Amino acid sequence: MAWLDSLSPQTQFVFFTLLKIACVLGPLLTLVAYAVLAERKVSALIQDRVGPNRVNLPLIGSIPVLGPFLTKLGFWHPLVDGVKSFIKEDFTPAHVRKIYFWLAPAISLVPAFLVIAVIPFGSTLGAQKMVIADLNVGILYTFGIVSLGVYGIVLAGYAANSKFPFLGGIRASAQMISYEIAMGMSVIPVFLVVGDLNLGKIIEHQAQNGWNVLPIFGGGFSAQSLLLIPCGVISFLIFFISALAETNRLPFDMAESESELVSGYHTEYSSMKFGMFFIGEYANMFAGAAMMTTLFLGGWTLPFLGLDVAPADGEWWKGLLHIGIFMAKMLGFMFTFIWIRWMLPRFRYDQLMDLGWRRMIPLALANIILTAAVLALTNR
Amino acid sequence: MIVKRNELTWFERLYLPALIGGLKVTSRHFLNTLTTKTPVTQQYPEEPTKVLPGYRGAPYLVRDQDGATKCVSCQLCEFVCPPKAIRITPPGPTGKPADRTNAEKMPEEFEINMLRCIFCGLCQEVCPEEAIFLKSDFSLTGLARSEMIYDKEKLLALGGTHPGIQKWKHKLDEAKEQETFPVKV
Repeated sequence: MAWLDSLSPQTQFVFFTLLKIACVLGPLLTLVAYAVLAERKVSALIQDRVGPNRVNLPLIGSIPVLGPFLTKLGFWHPLVDGVKSFIKEDFTPAHVRKIYFWLAPAISLVPAFLVIAVIPFGSTLGAQKMVIADLNVGILYTFGIVSLGVYGIVLAGYAANSKFPFLGGIRASAQMISYEIAMGMSVIPVFLVVGDLNLGKIIEHQAQNGWNVLPIFGGGFSAQSLLLIPCGVISFLIFFISALAETNRLPFDMAESESELVSGYHTEYSSMKFGMFFIGEYANMFAGAAMMTTLFLGGWTLPFLGLDVAPADGEWWKGLLHIGIFMAKMLGFMFTFIWIRWMLPRFRYDQLMDLGWRRMIPLALANIILTAAVLALTNR
Repeated sequence: MIVKRNELTWFERLYLPALIGGLKVTSRHFLNTLTTKTPVTQQYPEEPTKVLPGYRGAPYLVRDQDGATKCVSCQLCEFVCPPKAIRITPPGPTGKPADRTNAEKMPEEFEINMLRCIFCGLCQEVCPEEAIFLKSDFSLTGLARSEMIYDKEKLLALGGTHPGIQKWKHKLDEAKEQETFPVKV
């Protein structure tokens, strides 16, 4: 590594950042593809079906036990799905507004990836922090980017120039703007408790004082941590429900609502343009899951076996283990997302707005006051 | 009928009982399918579909027990066929005689266009010689339209044999059965 040391600190920074971007984006896209497979398999199991089990690759398929097993698992389906969406006809209907029609898929894809930049997905490997951009305003940046996500959907609805996508776009804009408020308010208690906006610092605080969703271990059973339990649970639940709404997942998939609006904002899209909406949706889910893991479940830490501190020099296996812990928590959330989709029916539009404005936002406000009161009374 | 709709209680309006109920149902189905491996799916091309008796599949011509063509080229099926899927070329005065006894003639060519056929079974019902039957085949495929027009050789090969040379016997039995009540099947 002599040539690395010979570089200037700035060049090293650029080099490592590019490396981290590559190491995050590649696995993220793979995970997105396999999340689609997981969605199909989990839905199949919940509905007593078999699910995708057809694709067989020539060489690997002939390995005795492994080949048939992977085929049965549907392991190669994401690969084939990807190829399919590239070689399908990319049809642009005559009546669409062309510029927006081409722009919308990209706009819905980019914010999802930008959010990942501030997520600390591991402790350290060598001297490098496992986060692409260690911003001091991490969470503010996240909310700024997440709110851009609505533009992709609204633009798609507008660009399609036909009624179902338009309705989908309108619904999505109203829904996402409403739930963003609840989402933003639900994390304020976290910052009241932690006192910092940097996501890395939030994880550090949770390692010392217990996870935000259930702050009982770590700092011991003080009166404060006991009193903070309801605050943590309420803000986690509000954040979780808002995350479902923000990512347009059932029971809040107003933007898509297949049974009413054909398929909502992406009705007129085909081929890879549709694929980009799809990737964007799942990448958004991953971003939401990663945010919840970081804010409420202690990120890459586990409160035992000494896994809650950054590894010392030479303990690179521990750094990898931390990344694994983070992934496990995130995938747990992904499974919950998928599970909920195949469990709950869609909310009616007015019920959705009612839940957002008349239940979630007041509850989140009350929770802020409650948390502040607890912190003031226990004399922090 | 008037359905009495009870007011939801405070607890029920929290949406939690429905949520927990849903979690229970879905997790039970998930785990059951995962562990006992009894999904309801039929793996179609590997597991052939069971066709029940009385199913109306593709119409084929049958041979009698001696391997002779049963069809006598009366063209009743051609006339009755609603989508005009059947086309029969009769032998004419100079054509080949029938290859079985007790028959005047047999068709020179017998074509069924399987793309036109609606599998209604009228040809089987109208046939006085019991020469055409709707078999259990349901997945007919071809790479060209011309492949989907089945000629006489193909229909006879697919139809197999159907003994029972005594003309009208079965029809007579059927008619007699209907005179008594209840109908014996």
